[in-house]
Amino acid sequence: MTDPAMSEEQNVTPALDPQGTTASAPAKRATKVDARDVDVFYGDKQALDKVTIEIPENQVTAFIGPSGCGKSTFLRCINRMNDTIDICRVEGTIAIDGRDIYDRDIDVVQLRAQVGMVFQKPNPFPKSIYDNIAYGPRIHGMVAGKSDTDDLVESSLKRAGLWDEVKDRLEQPGTGLSGGQQQRLCIARAIAVSPEVILMDEPCSALDPIATARIEELIDELRQNFTIVIVTHSMQQAARVSQKTAFFHLGILVEQGATEQIFTNPEDKRTQDYITGRFG
Amino acid sequence: MTTDHIVKSFDDELNKLSDLVSRMGGLAEEQIERAIDALQKRDGVAATETIENDRKIDALQLEIEELAIQMIVRRQPLAADLRHTVAALKIAPLIERIGDYAKNIGRRTLALNQSPPVKPLFTIPRMGRMARNMVQDVLDAFSNNDVEKARAVWERDAELDDMYDSLFRELLTYMMEDPRSITACTHLLFVARNIERIGDIATNIAEVVHYQVEGQTLSEDRPKADEASVTVVEPQ
Repeated sequence: MTDPAMSEEQNVTPALDPQGTTASAPAKRATKVDARDVDVFYGDKQALDKVTIEIPENQVTAFIGPSGCGKSTFLRCINRMNDTIDICRVEGTIAIDGRDIYDRDIDVVQLRAQVGMVFQKPNPFPKSIYDNIAYGPRIHGMVAGKSDTDDLVESSLKRAGLWDEVKDRLEQPGTGLSGGQQQRLCIARAIAVSPEVILMDEPCSALDPIATARIEELIDELRQNFTIVIVTHSMQQAARVSQKTAFFHLGILVEQGATEQIFTNPEDKRTQDYITGRFG
Repeated sequence: MTTDHIVKSFDDELNKLSDLVSRMGGLAEEQIERAIDALQKRDGVAATETIENDRKIDALQLEIEELAIQMIVRRQPLAADLRHTVAALKIAPLIERIGDYAKNIGRRTLALNQSPPVKPLFTIPRMGRMARNMVQDVLDAFSNNDVEKARAVWERDAELDDMYDSLFRELLTYMMEDPRSITACTHLLFVARNIERIGDIATNIAEVVHYQVEGQTLSEDRPKADEASVTVVEPQ
């Protein structure tokens, strides 16, 4: 299923794998994140069961599912945020560009620059707009001096679609911005350290429709240069922004496939029932 | 279908949409029957009734379209719900055309009643019954998500096409034998053509039902036997 030589293959016909999930792949692309048989436990409680999925490069993959289904838990595995939870145990493999991120000699700090994260509630640092962006590159040693830093701050804010609104007040606190602006600031902050993957956990939940639309537009632009994984409660948002969608339920990855197919003709009844509002 | 929606009014709307389509289809079936009957019996009153009843079918199309559009606004339907809503939107105008063909048969009956009767043609009532049954079956298939039944209708159309082809030849022959019958025979040709077109529309509806149930369009070419388009009958 993941033969890189097949990158120009036509659509693969759906196959039923032993886990009982159904998978139909969109036209083959390079895989950025390759997860195999991922189990996650919180103490004795199993939160995720044998999750296997390929996240395609430079595409948006959406995780959907009811509350408590494990989608955010799985998202946090991809940048090892779950390491910060004592009782959390992760098994299986998650590889980025073929390299297992749970390997002993992986620098987790570096990983978290490579795999950025944006959260549901915007969480800018209690610093100036400028320093919010500059902080990461400075501590990673990515910038040589002020001029370098200025350039990076400007380009990050431009890429996040925020530059015009804040260019005359970079010294003001990040927390003084509106919700939508704060979220774009957080995205700019994530971009500044040159990630390859950006994880977004319900990035628009706290935002109004206009701010949401601007973030969605931004996501569309960003995917040309980054691989994006987004957890969302909005079916319509997943349908709008993503190319691949994965449905989680009770810790199981029930179905994954091309977004158009999942939302017009899903294969699994559980998927259909969830997306059509037949169970919460 | 299966489990109910959490929001009950969504289920109510989907059911209402189905009911409206069934009602519209039922009316169209009645119209076909009435029109063919009126033709056979040279019944001008029934023919006129057919012509006037058509507006009820048109009104239902409007109602279906409005409901479907509001459902898109309110529910943003997905998956099977989306396909069902889209199917209703596609089927309503198809049934409306069936109604128009039945109405046209009514008009032709009024015209035919002004000429002496042509030799009795058994083929037309047979065709009419067949087309009516196809419409009934395909709308049953829609209500019951029965893709096999829809497919059967899709395949039956070839038989209707065959009947039309032979009737076409027969009418051409009459016209050549007796030029006084040309007016009447020409009207009958159109009647036969209308019935044949009703059959075609039933297959279009079958294709929509297939999409509704399977989520994919029927990609094969329908078995079509329309030779009448290229038929030539030489005078003796």
